[in-house]
Amino acid sequence: MTDLINADLVDLDLTGEDRYEATALLAERLVEAGRVTDLDGFLADVRAREEQMPTGLEGGIGIPHARSAHVTAPTLAFGRSTEGVDFGAADGPADLVFLIAAPEGGGSEHMTILASLARRLVHKEFKDALRAAPDADAVVALIKKEVLEQ
Amino acid sequence: MKFVAVTSCPTGIAHTYMAAEALEQAATEAGHEIQVETQGAAGAEPLDPADIAAADAVIFAADVEVRDKERFAGKPTVSGDVKRGINHAAAMVAEAAEAAEKAPATAGAPAPAAPAAEAPKVGPGARLRIWLMTGVSYMLPFVAAGGILIALAFVIGGAEIAPKVNGGEFEGVTYEAIANPTDILAQVGIAGLMFYLGGLAFSMLVPILAGFIAFGMADRMGIAPGVVGGLIAVNIGAGFLGGLVAGLLAGAVVMALKLIKAGQAFSGIMRIVVIPLVSVFAVGFVMLVLVGQPIASAQEGLTDWLEGLSGTNAILLGLLLGAMMGFDLGGPVNKVAYLFGVAAIASDNFAIMAAVMAAGMVPPLGMALASVIRRSRFTRAEREAGKAAWLLGASFITEGAIPFAAADPLRVIPSTMAGGAAAAAVSMAFDATLRAPHGGIWVIGLIGNAWGFLIALLVGTAVTCAVVLGLKSVARSERAAEVEDRAMATI
Repeated sequence: MTDLINADLVDLDLTGEDRYEATALLAERLVEAGRVTDLDGFLADVRAREEQMPTGLEGGIGIPHARSAHVTAPTLAFGRSTEGVDFGAADGPADLVFLIAAPEGGGSEHMTILASLARRLVHKEFKDALRAAPDADAVVALIKKEVLEQ
Repeated sequence: MKFVAVTSCPTGIAHTYMAAEALEQAATEAGHEIQVETQGAAGAEPLDPADIAAADAVIFAADVEVRDKERFAGKPTVSGDVKRGINHAAAMVAEAAEAAEKAPATAGAPAPAAPAAEAPKVGPGARLRIWLMTGVSYMLPFVAAGGILIALAFVIGGAEIAPKVNGGEFEGVTYEAIANPTDILAQVGIAGLMFYLGGLAFSMLVPILAGFIAFGMADRMGIAPGVVGGLIAVNIGAGFLGGLVAGLLAGAVVMALKLIKAGQAFSGIMRIVVIPLVSVFAVGFVMLVLVGQPIASAQEGLTDWLEGLSGTNAILLGLLLGAMMGFDLGGPVNKVAYLFGVAAIASDNFAIMAAVMAAGMVPPLGMALASVIRRSRFTRAEREAGKAAWLLGASFITEGAIPFAAADPLRVIPSTMAGGAAAAAVSMAFDATLRAPHGGIWVIGLIGNAWGFLIALLVGTAVTCAVVLGLKSVARSERAAEVEDRAMATI
């Protein structure tokens, strides 16, 4: 199975005026990595989910995500923003952005990985470690350790 | 305290699991226990019914409709959107604890403050019984509506209401069947209409039983093969036992098909086309070919054998016919015995019909009596079935005992056989006679030696009741009973 995340899918200086721009920047990395086949199609799917209910969560988290036909393998792109991007959470902008791309009709073993990633996101230590990570490789190692080696 | 929770969100890949994790953390931190069902894309591992039964309160953190919500009926509930479950899990847990305290153990929600180690796992036997009971609980309204309509039709229209609607001979008068159901009210009156409606509701009894046994096993994918298998059980005359086979088979087939790991592109097609198609065909094939044909030939063999016995001792013949009537409660063996009685009327032997009817009335009456005198041995659904069973038994609608037999066949069928045999033998001993092929207590005017017939009913009812209570007490450990009762409270 392909890796959930690699160093090319990590952006430690995420910018973007709003959540859609930030999402688009991360999504471009997914396209370059060959995980998303159609950038605009995928972004439209993410936007549709975002418009149902913003995905920002208290504690500085944004999790734009979609199950999309334009996704080839379940993948996570991670962005860290110093200024913060508003993902609609009540307590302010998000500094940790997780773009989760899931294939349409993905088999349940793939979904299980994404599920265990989602579960880790509510742990404060995990979030703190991501904020402190020195570089992209450290982020990848951290996520793989927390999500895949349980 | 113990809680159960369900989380769900529109996409089912992120928030569902975050809320589950947050609720688990918050509950553990507050010193509670919690089981969470994540209704997300990774497939929902359903909550154990025993956990639901033991829970003090239920938490829903859901943006889309919680599936199978009726499992939680009667429990104190706290609901919020999925984000509340993530951002304010601790508050939701605290509210659940408060709700549980405000609602002291109400009926249907037993909340014994038992420590964790005591919550036992549901074993395979109890699981089977929960599946069967699921089917029975969905079937019950059909039994009640259909059975009471038919009984009322007999009360209002007399025993001749059946041939008036369906055609046939009664007391020397031949009736034409009514071809168009819309003519029934005009030609036979309200009793005829009730008889027709009751019959229709009854014809759904086995398909619903089979469909919802399979639903209990394999969720909604089970319904189609279960219902189709149940319809075949009706068409091949396999009765409720055929329905049990169809339902369990359908559930097992769908469970097996769900295990197949399809590629990503294929998994949507699996659910929409492949599983329904394959399961309906497989269940239909087995029911028609492997179950249907042997039943048909067994019925022929039994009929021939009974005819060969015509000269034997009347009481022995009564014992045999009565046991057959009680065996499958409207199924193939019951039908052979019943038709043997009807055929005997045609050759002016009226004692056999009386014995057969007594044996057919006793199973529902005996179960109704048992569910009144030892309530604790029966689930709530069974006790409700027991109320209608009095009227159904009195009307010679043997199917009134099916809810009991389908839920616990190994203990109920021996008792209905014993009771039926006793009733038929006593009826034969008193030489009670009957000139009508049905009608129950409402055709008492057509029964010769009616007192003897009533004694037969009393004896048979008492025997059924005594045997079933004996079996339900002996062959069931206290611990197993406790697990079952907790699980049943959720159905």
